[in-house]
Amino acid sequence: MSGFSFQIDGVEVTAKNGQTIMEAADEAGIYIPRLCDHEGLRHQGGCRVCTVKAGGRSVAACTQPAALDLVVENETPHINKLRRDLVGMLFNEGNHLCPICEASGNCELQAMAYRLGMTEPTKFPYLEPCRPVDASHPDIALDNNRCISCGRCVRASQDVDGKGIFGYVGRGIHRHIAANGPDLQHTDAEVTDFAISAEVCPVGCIIRKREGFARPIGERDYDDHLIGYDIEKKRDE
Amino acid sequence: MAQGKTADQDQVALICERYQNDPHRMLDILRDVQDQFRWISRETMATVAAKTGLTQVAVEGVASFYAFLSLTPSGRVTIRLCDDIVDRFAGLPAVVEAFETALGFAVGQTSADGAFSLEYTPCIGLCDQAPAAMINDVVVTGLTPEKVREMVAALKGGKRPEDLISHRFDALSPYERAKRMVKNNVRHAGAVLLGPVPEDAGLMKALAQTPAGIIDQIAASGLRGCGGAGFTTGMKWRFAAQAEADRKFIICNADEGEPGTFKDRVLLTERPHLLIEGMTIAARAVGANEGILYLRGEYVYLRPLIEEVLAERRAKGLLGKAIVGVEGFDFDIRLQMGAGAYICGEEGALISSCEGLPGEPKTRPPFPVTCGYLGFPTVVNNVETFCHAARILDCGAQWFFDMGTEGSHGTKLFSVSGDCINPGIYELPYGLSVRALLEMAGGEDAAAVLVGGPSGTMIARDTFDRKLTFDDLATGGAIVVFSAERNILEIVEYYMSFFVHESCGYCTPCRVGNVFLQKAVAKFRQGLANPADIAYLKDLSATIIETSRCGLGMTSPNPILSTLENFPLVYSAMVKPPKDRIRATFDIQSAISDARVLAKRRSSIYDKDFTK
Repeated sequence: MSGFSFQIDGVEVTAKNGQTIMEAADEAGIYIPRLCDHEGLRHQGGCRVCTVKAGGRSVAACTQPAALDLVVENETPHINKLRRDLVGMLFNEGNHLCPICEASGNCELQAMAYRLGMTEPTKFPYLEPCRPVDASHPDIALDNNRCISCGRCVRASQDVDGKGIFGYVGRGIHRHIAANGPDLQHTDAEVTDFAISAEVCPVGCIIRKREGFARPIGERDYDDHLIGYDIEKKRDE
Repeated sequence: MAQGKTADQDQVALICERYQNDPHRMLDILRDVQDQFRWISRETMATVAAKTGLTQVAVEGVASFYAFLSLTPSGRVTIRLCDDIVDRFAGLPAVVEAFETALGFAVGQTSADGAFSLEYTPCIGLCDQAPAAMINDVVVTGLTPEKVREMVAALKGGKRPEDLISHRFDALSPYERAKRMVKNNVRHAGAVLLGPVPEDAGLMKALAQTPAGIIDQIAASGLRGCGGAGFTTGMKWRFAAQAEADRKFIICNADEGEPGTFKDRVLLTERPHLLIEGMTIAARAVGANEGILYLRGEYVYLRPLIEEVLAERRAKGLLGKAIVGVEGFDFDIRLQMGAGAYICGEEGALISSCEGLPGEPKTRPPFPVTCGYLGFPTVVNNVETFCHAARILDCGAQWFFDMGTEGSHGTKLFSVSGDCINPGIYELPYGLSVRALLEMAGGEDAAAVLVGGPSGTMIARDTFDRKLTFDDLATGGAIVVFSAERNILEIVEYYMSFFVHESCGYCTPCRVGNVFLQKAVAKFRQGLANPADIAYLKDLSATIIETSRCGLGMTSPNPILSTLENFPLVYSAMVKPPKDRIRATFDIQSAISDARVLAKRRSSIYDKDFTK
């Protein structure tokens, strides 16, 4: 396979033809923050947290193709400010109460906020939605109040599980994830689906019943490492 | 459900079969279901899903996206009142009151017997004859409370909405019907589009040339897209021509939804043949055999007219196989109706909508010229652009190039509305000043002019000498005039609520950020803003513009940014420094109201009458 090189924050990165900026960065051990993107799933480009400056233009790194000699800015104060704004929007759009959420410590939204240095409330207003909780399924519950509309579950169910148990409905601020039926119980969702697995939902929206708070503080995903550690450690190897 | 016809599922299945159960025709299927049964029930969605091979939630995703599709029973007569700011200033509140009184229920409701629904809808392209409304598939304009009372009485007496237009509506030609409903208001006809236009002269000359020759001519004319973005048309056609594929598509974007824009309405009414001629020339140039004309749902009253024109051209051999006898030149067009979604004016979203999906923009790259409708190379151009192209082929590139100014060649249709004496359409060469246009339209008293609609620029009196060109004030054609009586912040707040309503919701900054902006502007209007809020507006706007996925979010903060720049006093006059370091927005009474309900008692500290 033919390849080419380009730059991310001054570091020379090699990319294969057809790779996006994020794909090439991941292989090179450079972490570009992201929430709606997940390895093994189609790129969506919806959360915009992976915004980078490429050749002077702001683009989503997950969908933007890498190009020869492209100069990409990733971890600059300006870009990180944009990311803090976006993460702040996601926090305030839903109801994210970390102290009472079972995803706390394993939550990518929370971990992203820590990585970006967000330690206090933003100026944004809280939208305080009141969305129904779907606990109809014997093994799975959905708390849409914590959903960040990343759509990872939609793609995982469609493309990996071949089921399509989730989809987007509505428009604008009312757009949300819905089950393929009146509730989750009336879909063919199973707790063993990839879409339901811990790695797909980045927040505490998809809940596997009788599993909450299983891992004590100190042993959770982001207790010892910042989000992105698994990618960044490749660089040291 | 007491109201609304419960859809007969055999009938729903028949509708699906009408479109070969093709999931890409989902919007047509759901529109037909809506027309026949007045709503789309869960049971219906299940039937449609089974017939088209999609999941039910995918069908629901489409049905819940478009404003004209309804998931609850809507009235047999559905009245959609245009609540654009121009309509509001033209007397909408009195019209609303008249409708509510005559019908006996409020906007947003359906009558108990299922006979009527009353709703608001954003700009329906009739700002020059506001207040206006859609009643099912007809439109009514220049509404007054008296007119409303007469109409409702007639409808309650069993008349069809069509009968409101003419008692012999069915006998009228589609063109006559359109003319009875809507005035063209052409105030100034220019040399290219609205002056005399010979029939198919451009097409005949195009067929005498090579496809590459056609593109060379379009490129040499300097023609740029007239929908707002201004991409060079010749370049777009060349990219599509160079793409190698089994199928190619020509799509006409007749989804002008920018509030204050109605120029395409007039072209669709008066120059439909010229439009189809332009699309046919584009097909010849890029080697496309299939075309789609995407007509915004608000212009459904023009549907019979367009269908008649397409049929007429097929009969004359100007569409179909071997056009004008040229062997191998096959091209035909299908009409795709929209269903109430501003975002579908965005190129990628329009293609998604044609594919039967929710109107969400597509990831770019790839661009439509290489990977568009169903993944095939696709040229998407605005109505006006296609009309220009046909005229350029007839009269020559140089003729067009010589009009206008450097970088902005030819003429442009301007839709002028608001506080002026002669609202309507002005076809003028590029390069005129805003002041000159205001003089023609009788809007010299303007205090503010919105050029290019809310996603454009709002300018003040001191800059009316700015020029209407791509390089100075670019516009898709909307010019909205506001007099000194109008409240700038009311206008801005309305436009922000419009963008919140029309954001597709795909990306975070546009979905959430615009809601925050709307709330922040509301604070200014309520007098609750503090000095830091001005910086907050600018800062948040900058993030939305820089991180949004498509043009909607990249321009939606413009009403705020351009008024902050050109009308700074409007904002600073509303700002108050915080008192005792307490935010003006903090209100103890509303802060404890939820707790009061939960505790089922009043507060001994904050409720003064607690002891009583």
